[in-house]
Amino acid sequence: MKAWIAFWNILLKDMRAYYLKPPNISWGLIFPIAWTGMFFIKSGSGIESILSLLPGVISISILFGTTSMLAVTVTFEKKNRSFERLLLAPIPLEVLMLAKTAGAILFGVVNAFVPVILALFLTDLSQVNWMAVFPAVVMIAIASAFLGLFIAVSVSEVFEAQTFSNFFRFPMIFLCGLFFPIKSLPIFLRPLSYVFPLTYGVDILHGAINNQNSMPISLDFLIITTFCAGLFTISLRNIHRKWIT
Amino acid sequence: MGIQQETHPSNPNQVPLIKVQNLTKKFADITAVDKISFDVRHGELFGFLGPNGAGKTTTINMLIGLARPDSGMIRVSNLELTKNPKFAQHLIGVVPDESNLYPELSGFDNLSFCGALYGLSKSEREARARELLETFSLKDAAHRKFAGYSRGMKRKLTIAAGMIHRPQILFLDEPTSGIDVASARQIRQLIADLHHNGTTIFLTTHYIEEAERLCDRIAFIVKGQIVRIDTVKDLLVPVQEKHRMIISIVHSGEALSIDLASLFPDFKFQSLSSEEIRIESVNPIRVGPLIKVLEDHQIEVKEARLQRPSLEDVFVQITGIEADAMRKEKERGTGNA
Ligand SMILES: Nc1ncnc2c1ncn2[C@@H]1O[C@H](COP(=O)(O)OP(=O)(O)O)[C@@H](O)[C@H]1O
Ligand SMILES: [Mg+2]
Repeated sequence: MKAWIAFWNILLKDMRAYYLKPPNISWGLIFPIAWTGMFFIKSGSGIESILSLLPGVISISILFGTTSMLAVTVTFEKKNRSFERLLLAPIPLEVLMLAKTAGAILFGVVNAFVPVILALFLTDLSQVNWMAVFPAVVMIAIASAFLGLFIAVSVSEVFEAQTFSNFFRFPMIFLCGLFFPIKSLPIFLRPLSYVFPLTYGVDILHGAINNQNSMPISLDFLIITTFCAGLFTISLRNIHRKWIT
Repeated sequence: MGIQQETHPSNPNQVPLIKVQNLTKKFADITAVDKISFDVRHGELFGFLGPNGAGKTTTINMLIGLARPDSGMIRVSNLELTKNPKFAQHLIGVVPDESNLYPELSGFDNLSFCGALYGLSKSEREARARELLETFSLKDAAHRKFAGYSRGMKRKLTIAAGMIHRPQILFLDEPTSGIDVASARQIRQLIADLHHNGTTIFLTTHYIEEAERLCDRIAFIVKGQIVRIDTVKDLLVPVQEKHRMIISIVHSGEALSIDLASLFPDFKFQSLSSEEIRIESVNPIRVGPLIKVLEDHQIEVKEARLQRPSLEDVFVQITGIEADAMRKEKERGTGNA
């Protein structure tokens, strides 16, 4: 109960202090809209291609919306030492870090539905398997938030966190099968695709939206869940090792 | 966990609230804290007095779980913390040496948030926040952003935040350094009140007078080592038997040519400046003959005043650190008096 009060208030405070600030709201909306517009127009192949682009646009919106937030909620607070308050609170580190990432996860999920809502007006989504889309969106948001967390606890300056996350994010757009299949990548790059959790989340979306998954969806879920658990565990260990000196 | 302790004033026979043995912490090649041992008793105001870099903050960080000791043992309220510092975190409140609240939030929201971290319900923490804002005379600024507070106000709110959950033990790391005189005075009074109400307090400071005025017991810490721990009363015993006087003279431009030491063998003379002489003696100082000698040599005496022996003398004697040097060094460090 007490840990829950702490969890909820950490989340609420981050929402008020960071996520619900006008720049972040507009960024959270404009960014997915821009991605959507860019890819839908660029492809030039008319309305039918929307369905094939949707998984990539959803993923990119989540990825960019989520990862950068941890640089603020974690790295910035570590830098100005307010994070010490959280470390001193009588709550388990796991609960604390889940609270710190929950905001980013929610933010990512909201971001994901901006392109979905746009697509709703432009094309027929009746074939989409929403029962797979929802959990996939949540898993992609969790994986991206934990990737952001991993980066945020590995650096000490906010700009480092941002630079470091771009180092991951841009290659991921190409390597994770967002807009073209992994099969079309040069063979030596393909193994790289499989070290990113996003690959598996995108595969679920391709399956749920276009019926074009390259792996069984249950296997995708299993692997992305394992990635999430791994990233979270490593981040907690890094906090223990680096921030409690 | 009421803050009113039956045991106040501190009782040396009881199990101590904090027990530290042979605690050591190294950073690369420097030993920041070197095998220190001490107890803090229930209801006691325990002071750590030492210059900049002595190891005060490092010690606090180990006690509260922000730093890992290299060796030694820490017990808080009989809980062994060396392995898991989380065990006692609900019992302690921490006021760091730098204000670390959220600049974006108002004073009130900061306090309420800190209360939530300790699991206080909304009504409980908001009532407590209002009470603390009142106590610290921050009521008018309650709904202003923390970022806009003055240094003194920031420090006060940081102390209030450390007390939001009515901790049994409050850690205060240099609570009055780097802030204006009025806020510092108010904070000292609040610390005294809190102590009076039974909260156990662990305070670090480099202000000797502050330690003397507030603390029950003081540990002198220098270069990571505790050189002496005692009650203020017992620390003062050796100097209390001494008599001390400062004589101010009008500076003639020349060095003092009389050999006062041979004329008054019972007195110990020290020239503090070209205009001040300090005299120490085991017996009461008879000032008449001394002034006569000075005036016979055309040295005009402006003033002769007795000086109360203070903890400063004890500190200087035991640590060999000049109190003035300590003050100045610190002022340079923080850029603030
Ligand atoms: N994180 C750290 N890394 C390296 N050295 C440190 C660290 N923290 C403190 N020190 C060193 O340890 C010594 C004690 O520091 P500190 O505990 O902050 O002293 P105080 O609080 O008494 O001024 C100093 O020499 C300081 O430079
Ligand atoms: Mg310090």
